[in-house]
Amino acid sequence: MTAIAETEPETETKTDYKRIIKDGLWDNNSVFCMILGMCPTMAMTTSATNGLGMGLATAVVMAASSLLVATFRNWITQEVRIPVYILIVAAMVTLVDLTMNAWMHELYKVLGLFIPLIVSNCLPLARLEAFAAKEPVLPSLMDGLFMGIGFTLSLTLIGAVREIIGSGTLFADASLLLGPAFKFMELRILPADTGVLMAVLPPGGFLATGLLLAGKRILDLRAGKAISMGGAHSV
Amino acid sequence: MSGQPSKHHSPFKHAGILGGFCLGFGIVLAVTDILTADAILQRGDDDKRTSLDQVIPAGLHDNNPLADTIAVTGHDGKPVTVFRATRDRKVTAVAYEIEGNGYAGEVRLMLGVDAEGRVLGVRPLAHKETPGLGDKIEPSKTDWISRFTGLSLGNPPVEKWKVKKDGGQFDQFSGATITPRGVVGAIRGGLEFFAANKARLVEVR
Repeated sequence: MTAIAETEPETETKTDYKRIIKDGLWDNNSVFCMILGMCPTMAMTTSATNGLGMGLATAVVMAASSLLVATFRNWITQEVRIPVYILIVAAMVTLVDLTMNAWMHELYKVLGLFIPLIVSNCLPLARLEAFAAKEPVLPSLMDGLFMGIGFTLSLTLIGAVREIIGSGTLFADASLLLGPAFKFMELRILPADTGVLMAVLPPGGFLATGLLLAGKRILDLRAGKAISMGGAHSV
Repeated sequence: MSGQPSKHHSPFKHAGILGGFCLGFGIVLAVTDILTADAILQRGDDDKRTSLDQVIPAGLHDNNPLADTIAVTGHDGKPVTVFRATRDRKVTAVAYEIEGNGYAGEVRLMLGVDAEGRVLGVRPLAHKETPGLGDKIEPSKTDWISRFTGLSLGNPPVEKWKVKKDGGQFDQFSGATITPRGVVGAIRGGLEFFAANKARLVEVR
């Protein structure tokens, strides 16, 4: 982190966007570093497509609520900030839910199940409190967006591992989520009926997440980085 | 918390801020609801029509079964909404929702029956069965569910409307008996409902 970005966070031109992007995708990754948002992570990663869908819906809500909180950050007093943040996240979730149901119905039939679950995810709230409450609009938007993309990538990865081991497929039904053009993504890795069912059942979620988390730390150790438990508040 | 020095505002100011945000987002959501309500209703109808089309062949009717419904009381006292397909004012087929007890809660299915009581088609609407085991009832996974097309209460005989494990003639899945048992039971129940209410269901209008 450059010293300039730390001492003058208000100057948008000097904000370290590279840092924000890298934090979201790897260094302070929501799932593999902050260990936040575990409820949707465990519940929705039975396939890579489900993980991707849950992640994308979360990323949209996070970007929108970070933008709003940063815009109103000087109006919101300390004492009522938490209810206001919850209100904003809940309003964004409802807004996304209604508009997708009305005008993107095919996508909604696949994703609709996940959208209300975003309210139960503490990750958006954590990023609002840790970042958007103090930073200008554009960096906050970037933080919400890239934390969301990092979350999406993590969920897709866990989903892919569980799906390959459990069902022998990869990105099954991706064309329902992304459109017929993405039919090529639907792969069969292992022959049908050879999967280890446990991988798609709840224990598989814990095992896959734990092993991938350990894997990320080994990579970080090899790269000579100090291993530290990331926290929601280390920006 | 974060470094901002907390100024001592009066409680009324906090209440005003929180109330203002609630009002603002309340208005935004109300407007969105008004704008999307019609489209959402329309999409819901489209979904129902799609599931009806799968259990009642299009050639059987010249009406809109979605708009031609009657409510009939089932054997458990619950009202069942029956969609009726008619051609030349004669009922050619009916469709209604049936429920079976699966491994993880109820399994809801749409059952289409022709005027003679033969199964035209069955499609799962919603279930929470185990992926890889119980979800083989879905037509996208296996064609098990199409096994029922053309069958009726006499064919096979009523005592054979069970999974093989229970002495019937329908396959269970390896590792999953409860889901197929629930579905077979639901379809048998649906056909018994048709037999019991046939006069009302197919009456000429």
